[in-house]
Amino acid sequence: MKIPIYLDYHATTPVDPRVLEAMLPHFSVAFGNAASKSHAFGWSAEEAVEAARAEVARLVGATAKEIVWTSGATESNNLAIKGAAQFYREKGRHLVTCQTEHKAVLDSMHALERQGFEVTFLEVEKDGRLDPARLEGALRKDTILVSIMHANNETGVLHPVEELGRITRNAGVLFHCDAVQSVGKVPFDVERVNADLVSLSAHKMYGPKGVGALYVRRKPRVRLVAQMDGGGHERGFRSGTLNVPGIVGFGKAAALALAERDVEAERVLALRERLRKGLLAGLDLVSLNGSLEHRVPGNLNVSFSYVEGEALMMAIKDVAVSSGSACTSASLEPSYVLRAMGVSEDLAHSSIRFGLGRFTTGEEIDFVVRLVVEKVKKLRDMSPLYEMVKEGVDLSRIEWANPH
Amino acid sequence: MAYSEKLIDHYENPRNVGSLDKNDPEVGTGLVGAPACGDVMKLQIRVNAQGVIEDAKFKTFGCGSAIASSSLVTEWVKGKTVDEALSIKNTDVATELNLPPVKIHCSVLAEDAIKAAVADYQKKQGLAPTVKPNTVQGDRTELVEKGVLKSGI
Repeated sequence: MKIPIYLDYHATTPVDPRVLEAMLPHFSVAFGNAASKSHAFGWSAEEAVEAARAEVARLVGATAKEIVWTSGATESNNLAIKGAAQFYREKGRHLVTCQTEHKAVLDSMHALERQGFEVTFLEVEKDGRLDPARLEGALRKDTILVSIMHANNETGVLHPVEELGRITRNAGVLFHCDAVQSVGKVPFDVERVNADLVSLSAHKMYGPKGVGALYVRRKPRVRLVAQMDGGGHERGFRSGTLNVPGIVGFGKAAALALAERDVEAERVLALRERLRKGLLAGLDLVSLNGSLEHRVPGNLNVSFSYVEGEALMMAIKDVAVSSGSACTSASLEPSYVLRAMGVSEDLAHSSIRFGLGRFTTGEEIDFVVRLVVEKVKKLRDMSPLYEMVKEGVDLSRIEWANPH
Repeated sequence: MAYSEKLIDHYENPRNVGSLDKNDPEVGTGLVGAPACGDVMKLQIRVNAQGVIEDAKFKTFGCGSAIASSSLVTEWVKGKTVDEALSIKNTDVATELNLPPVKIHCSVLAEDAIKAAVADYQKKQGLAPTVKPNTVQGDRTELVEKGVLKSGI
C-alpha cells in the first residue's frame, strides 16, 4: 500500500498506464500537426485524432462528427453556454441553470448576465437533486438554453437528466449537460438524455489534463458562435492546433472507460460502501451530504459534526481528500454546493469529500477508516462544541461572541 | 496549505488541551468565535491570589492555524500576570507561527479568547474589567512592516 493514499478522484485521476503508452509516440516520433494536409506526418496525426474522436463519440452514444476537441471541460462549458447564447440571442435572452453547477458554468452565466441576458438559478432539494417540476416552471417563451450537470463534482449526486431532457425537448429549448463527473462512471447516452450539448473532460477518466470535448448535436443541428477564432479547426467550432497526444490519450481513456465501466463501478461501489459503513460503525454524529441512492459509485461526501474539515485533513495527512470547509478555500466561504442543499454552515465546515477510483484498494479503505475514526475522536476531544453537546447544551440557543 | 514547522508542531502536539472547572472562582473561561464561521475557541485560565496565571487550557473547533494559535497562547499566558497576558497581540501570534495572510484572523480570535477569559475571571472576582473583549490590538501597518501581511491586501 503506497503512502500517501489518493482518495481525491473527483479532483483529478492518474493517467492510466495504457493511456500513457498510447500517447507517448505522439510526442517525439509521430509528432505531426493533424492539420498538415500535405505530408505523412500530418496524415498519421489526423488518423490518430479521428480514431480517438470515434472512441469518445462511442462512449456517449454520439457520432464522431458531433465531437469537438477543446482544452478541457471548462472551455467546453464556456463554448456551449456563451456560444449558444450568442448564436441564438435573437430567439431569446433567457437561460436556466441550477445553483450547484460547476463554477465554469456559473461564471459563464454571470458573464452573459453582464451582457444583457437573464439567467434563472434554480434551487435544488435537500438531497442535492433538481426537481424536474422546478425546471418546467422556469421555462419561458424566450428561454434558449438550459444547463444542468449530470453528476455534481462535490457530492457526486446525479440529477434526473433523462427527465430534464424530455422537458427541454418538448419545450424546444437547448439542453447543455456537464457530464464530466459521470461519463465513464455511469451510463450516459446523448439520445436517452435528449442532450444537445455535453461537456467532457479527459483527466476525470484516467486521461491527461489539458484536453476535453464538447458534444454538439447535428440532428437537429445545434449552432454555436466560436469562442476561439483562428484557422477554423473543428468545423469552425474551435480554432487552434489540436493537442494530438492529449487527444489520443483521451480516446484511449474513453475506450477503456466503456469497456471497463460497469465492472469497475461495481467494485468501486463496494469499496465506497465499506468506507461509509466503517465510518458510521466507528463514529457517531456523521452525516451524509446528498442522496445515497442517486450518486456516482466512488463519491462519499460526509460531515463529521464538531470537527473542522481542514483540521481533519491535516490530521489524516497521509490521505489525499478535499473539504467543503471555508478554511480550505481562498475566498473563506464554505462550499456553495452544500449551502444550496440546505446544509448548515457548521456542517459545511465539517465536510470531507472522499473520491474513490480505479486504483483504490480494499487495504487502503480499511486503513483510511481506522485513521479517520482515530483522528475524528482526537479532534472531538479537542472540540469545545463536542464538549458542550455532550454536557447537554443546545448549541443552537447560544449567542456567539464573534459572528464575523 | 504550506504551514511553518512551528505551526505544524503546535497542531500535531498541542499544548494544554483540556478543561478547567468553570465553576472554580479562580478560573476564567473565554468562549469566542462561531460555528457558522468554522472557528470556535474556548480558553480557560487559573489565576492565583497574586494575579499570576498558573494554568491554562484550551479547546478549539477550527483549522490547523486556529488550533495552533490557541495552543500557542496557552503556553504564553502561563506564568504571566493578567495585565501581561492582556498585552499579547495577535500580530505576535501571527509572526511566531508565520501564519499565511488568509489565516491571520485565527490569531485575532486567539487574542480575543485571552481577553474573554480575563474578563470572565474579573467578573467572577468582582474586579473592574480592564478591557472589553473583542478589541483587537494587532494593527495592519505593523503586520505589513513585519512582512507577515502583504501590503495592499
